[in-house]
Amino acid sequence: MTPPFDSGLPNPVRPAFERGERDDAVIVNIGPSHPATHGTIQVIAMLDGEKVERVDIHCGFLHRGFEKECEDHTWHNLIPYVDRLNYVSALVNDFAYCEAVETLMGVEITPRCRYLRTLLSEYSRIADHLTCIAASLMELGAMTAFLYMVMIRDYIYEHLADLTGARVTYSYGRIGGLARDLPEGWLARLGEILDKYEMFVGRIHGLMDRNRIFIDRTRDVGVLSTTDAINWGFTGPMLRSTGAPRDLRKDTPYLAYAELDFDVPVGIKGDNYDRYYVRMREMDESVYMIRQLMDMLPAGPLNVDDRRCTFPDKTLVYTEIESLINHFKLVMDGPVVPAGEVYTAHEAPNGELGFYLVSAGGGTPYKVHVRSPSFVHMGGTHRLLEGYQLADIIPTFGSVNMIGGECDR
Amino acid sequence: MVAAIAGRIEQEAVAAGGRVATSHGMTVVTLLPENLLGVIRRLKAELGFDLLLDVTAVDWPERTPRFDVVYHLYSTTQHVRVRVKTAVSEGEPVVESLVSLYGSAGFAERECHDMYGIVFRGNADLRPILLYEGFTGHPLRKDYPKLAEQPLVPYRTERT
Repeated sequence: MTPPFDSGLPNPVRPAFERGERDDAVIVNIGPSHPATHGTIQVIAMLDGEKVERVDIHCGFLHRGFEKECEDHTWHNLIPYVDRLNYVSALVNDFAYCEAVETLMGVEITPRCRYLRTLLSEYSRIADHLTCIAASLMELGAMTAFLYMVMIRDYIYEHLADLTGARVTYSYGRIGGLARDLPEGWLARLGEILDKYEMFVGRIHGLMDRNRIFIDRTRDVGVLSTTDAINWGFTGPMLRSTGAPRDLRKDTPYLAYAELDFDVPVGIKGDNYDRYYVRMREMDESVYMIRQLMDMLPAGPLNVDDRRCTFPDKTLVYTEIESLINHFKLVMDGPVVPAGEVYTAHEAPNGELGFYLVSAGGGTPYKVHVRSPSFVHMGGTHRLLEGYQLADIIPTFGSVNMIGGECDR
Repeated sequence: MVAAIAGRIEQEAVAAGGRVATSHGMTVVTLLPENLLGVIRRLKAELGFDLLLDVTAVDWPERTPRFDVVYHLYSTTQHVRVRVKTAVSEGEPVVESLVSLYGSAGFAERECHDMYGIVFRGNADLRPILLYEGFTGHPLRKDYPKLAEQPLVPYRTERT
């Protein structure tokens, strides 16, 4: 066989298979820039008629050298970077990263910060699930459902912009605390948005749950068993949709989750419909948790009083030399993190988001590694696609909710 | 519960000639590369570590052997994590692959191979995953300069 290209160079991607065992098998290439794959991802599929026989998934088109870049910046400077991993729920990345550094430093955050981080994590989870469901419904043609959901998501984004100053990438976490406290009236507006959420999500349930077209496209499509899901490293809603109630918020509680009352919704057989429904129910649980947290939120300081990581008050920086030096050292050298290694995992909207940090004892990390759920899910997604129709690739892929930023890093 | 698991991990590791420590609440097992597959197989079968979270490496250029290959495992029944480390040299950065035990090892080992050049014996599919075909070097090694540029790929012409 002649090489496919005459430049003498290998293709950027070498597919796992060239030709099927049968002559009538067709190989099609989907992506990496395709309007129906949200995210740049390449799916090489071997087809028998309309049926997908084999799939080879390639990611890395959004690789930015995140982990390499991290080794060249102070621990504080990494916060905007981790925002850009899963940019749909950036706050969860912030908090997981900050907690990993705090564990290495032995810093314990204040109660107000702990409750606020929990609240904002759940708020981000709603935004993330709304995006995922809205996009995958739109790909099936449900434009109304899409508009309802992104409308709520936009309320959330605008509301978070009030708090953090940015719509999507917030840079709101700080080592040992948060960037700023809640603005006036923020919690009241939060209550309003949650009420609106319930109204519109009720309409989504009415539009979708018993919709013949929707059920035909999603029921028994992309089925995954619990054993398979664990073997391929699936976590989060993907694993729960198979019926396994595995949730880090319950199993290894962090932040304030041990004090909250919530259920872990699970699916029946791990198909696309279950993944849709598990996400819908998880958002309801998040709303329930946020309402509890709004009542529980204690007063008190937001940041720990620890000069190793918390910046001194600006007025003090301009008036006394100790604070000026403190500020200078924190900016130029970074917070000094004792040598050691830590793995901290949070239940991100997509699954287990883990930060493995190695410190050699300075102001910059020696190594940062992200266990991103999307990347691990991409390693097993071929199991969801093989054996189904070509047209099922798009809804199944949508239900996996691959986020390019955290998948390719 | 967690202490009981940690005790049993220690038994398994010491029986294989490894060392056990605790770091920030997580049990860390350090093994020789040749014992890795056997111990992890036993961790999976006997102690229920059924989820391979992650495979990565750490580069210590001044140290011999140079690389640490780091695995994180989780037990979905006991809710315990364990970190398994093994050191491999620069001249022979080879460890046994875990693809026979965990499906998730496939992509994770491909990434580790991309980034550090660790060879996972038994993983037949070590094609680049985050990088591309023809990328030279291993970017997360400490001796790969951050600003290093890869050779420009000439324009690929029409299919012949």
